[in-house]
Amino acid sequence: MQPTSHAFKANVREALDDETLQRALGNMKSGFPAKRLAAIDRLPEFEALRDQGRDIKNHVLENLDFYLETFERNVTGAGGKVHWARTPEEARQIILGICRSVDAKTVTKGKSMISEEIALNDFLESQGLVPVETDLGEYIIQLRHEAPSHIIAPAIHLVKEQVEAAFRATHTDLPEGRSLSEPRELTDEARSVLRQRFLEADVGITGANFLIAETGSTVIVTNEGNGDLTQTLPKIHVVLASLEKVVPTLEDATSILRLLARSATGQEFSTYTTFSTGPRRPDDLDGPGEFHVVLLDNGRSAMLGTEFQDMLRCIRCSACLNHCPVYQSVGGHAYGWVYPGPMGSVLTPSLIGVEEAGNLPNASTFCGKCESVCPMRIPLPKMMRHWREREFEQNLSPAPFRAGLKLWAFFARRPALYRFGANLAARLLGWLGRDSGRFTSLPLAGGWTGGRDLPAPEGKSFMEQWKARQREAA
Amino acid sequence: MMDARSQILDGIRKSLKRGPLGESAATVPANRLAHHAPGLIPARTTALDAAGLRDLFVQMAEEVQTTVTRVSDAAAVPGAVADYLANHNLPAEITMAPDPALDAYPWVERPLLRIRRGRAEDLDQVSVTGAFAAIAETGTLMLTSGADRPTTLNLMPDTHVVVLRADQVVGPYETAWARLRGEQVGNAMPRTVNFITGPSRTGDIEQRIQLGAHGPRRLHIVLVEGPDAKTA
Repeated sequence: MQPTSHAFKANVREALDDETLQRALGNMKSGFPAKRLAAIDRLPEFEALRDQGRDIKNHVLENLDFYLETFERNVTGAGGKVHWARTPEEARQIILGICRSVDAKTVTKGKSMISEEIALNDFLESQGLVPVETDLGEYIIQLRHEAPSHIIAPAIHLVKEQVEAAFRATHTDLPEGRSLSEPRELTDEARSVLRQRFLEADVGITGANFLIAETGSTVIVTNEGNGDLTQTLPKIHVVLASLEKVVPTLEDATSILRLLARSATGQEFSTYTTFSTGPRRPDDLDGPGEFHVVLLDNGRSAMLGTEFQDMLRCIRCSACLNHCPVYQSVGGHAYGWVYPGPMGSVLTPSLIGVEEAGNLPNASTFCGKCESVCPMRIPLPKMMRHWREREFEQNLSPAPFRAGLKLWAFFARRPALYRFGANLAARLLGWLGRDSGRFTSLPLAGGWTGGRDLPAPEGKSFMEQWKARQREAA
Repeated sequence: MMDARSQILDGIRKSLKRGPLGESAATVPANRLAHHAPGLIPARTTALDAAGLRDLFVQMAEEVQTTVTRVSDAAAVPGAVADYLANHNLPAEITMAPDPALDAYPWVERPLLRIRRGRAEDLDQVSVTGAFAAIAETGTLMLTSGADRPTTLNLMPDTHVVVLRADQVVGPYETAWARLRGEQVGNAMPRTVNFITGPSRTGDIEQRIQLGAHGPRRLHIVLVEGPDAKTA
């Protein structure tokens, strides 16, 4: 998809003014965080499990080449095939080649963020194939021709009336008087339509939450069971995964699985956690005849050894989105590309460039909530700060911002002058605002006063109070 | 030009500022694979005896809308299945896994149950399967695929009934993995290992949970416990 991250500020304004979106986001604010907290309260070991999850992934990243080669060997041993893709274009061509090998027409898909990253649906359509998203949320947004707004709840920005409208526009053979006003009815309608797609599909494409080096298995986690039907019924199962999804053993995946659902939806465990190894066996009555794994790099190997390496621990649980005051206010589309929220603010500049996505790491107050809930203990605020530094170094930040920073730096390097100037300004503002105690507008501070008043300074400055206390103590 | 595989692996090594792992450096990850040591196991299950694990399993399963009937012996299984179907107004027509383990139950004593053995087809209403294990920690069933255990039975019918033996209930997932490793030849995994925790569900429309998104709407377990069973 064409990124609009550069237009973040305009996107935000639109999102804040969108009443339907705000209603939909209201459901989320009360939902995910409370459920996560309840699940964690039941598991005293949760904090220790977070340490362990971080350590497993750190170990993998330090030995990533070893584990990927082991994984490939074991996939091959189980009768599957691993394909390596440096770029989205290579991944798309590999998948197209696999589809063409069986003259595929219908391609069912389990939810995969990598598929969004490489814009696979648009590509397959342009080649005459019919990709069908089968996760209910993904199906809804596919009908609406839009991108997911959340990494595990793609249609979280919508209310049920919008879903009904999308179904009525596409499912044109609905009997007269058929009610689709409630989530139950909408879910049943999607179930019956998509069941036929599962049965007619030639190829099923899923993502992967984990790749197991030890066994050559791939793992998907869903609640609907759509990923399982996607990979079980067609002739071919294609797994699309990025490099850093590999973990050493079944036990390592299990340890991280204890963190995943609790951090995501507050479930103890997702409904379906499925380990797939190779194609169907000679005597099996069902399962795919071929098993392919497409490993995508797309800039990840270059993140190793940099200040962004820790981001590769991410397990895409969405806890950072669900708890982020910025995400909660504007939703996912404002971020302008595939990955929204704090994890997106760090990952997006790595994948599509800080020139395009520089706004995202700036859209944070560094409240730290994201890091405090991240099951893999990824220091998200710190990495957003690294992006701001890079943006400044590359001369990408806006001129007034740079001029302001330079001015501030001039004073900050001269403490006596800084204190004198700050004191003077504080007293002046205090005197000017002595009547109302606040300013509704101020020159050069429109960005602040546009949304709220600026309180007039009063009393003594921090430095004055500090000095006074030091004197008292002495 | 370098092929994609070599270039990706080279890129990883370059970023990590080293070449391919030498023999001694590779022993750390190689040992990790060879020993596949369990990580931290929550205390929730570790102090429980077999009966306690079964109680916890049932409690956790019921929390996620799985229903459970506990019976005292194998002879009671066909009746429990027939009663469940009747109570839910479901047809007495089941597709059963061709799994020999299910032959331990006297299905012939329920002649009104029409049984087909095989994989699931689209319009099948009810499937009956066994399981490989049941994880008390989270109320999760573990099912493995094989020639007599087709995966479609776990996914396609509206109602999935699982007959579970008491000795299949374990505490944490790690115990089930160890059992699976013990049974497999040469560490080969089954094509599919399904961990199933409740019936299919979605919260994709306004975060309101609906059961039966794509997989079964109902998941029912008949747990065969022996003479000390707590019968419901």
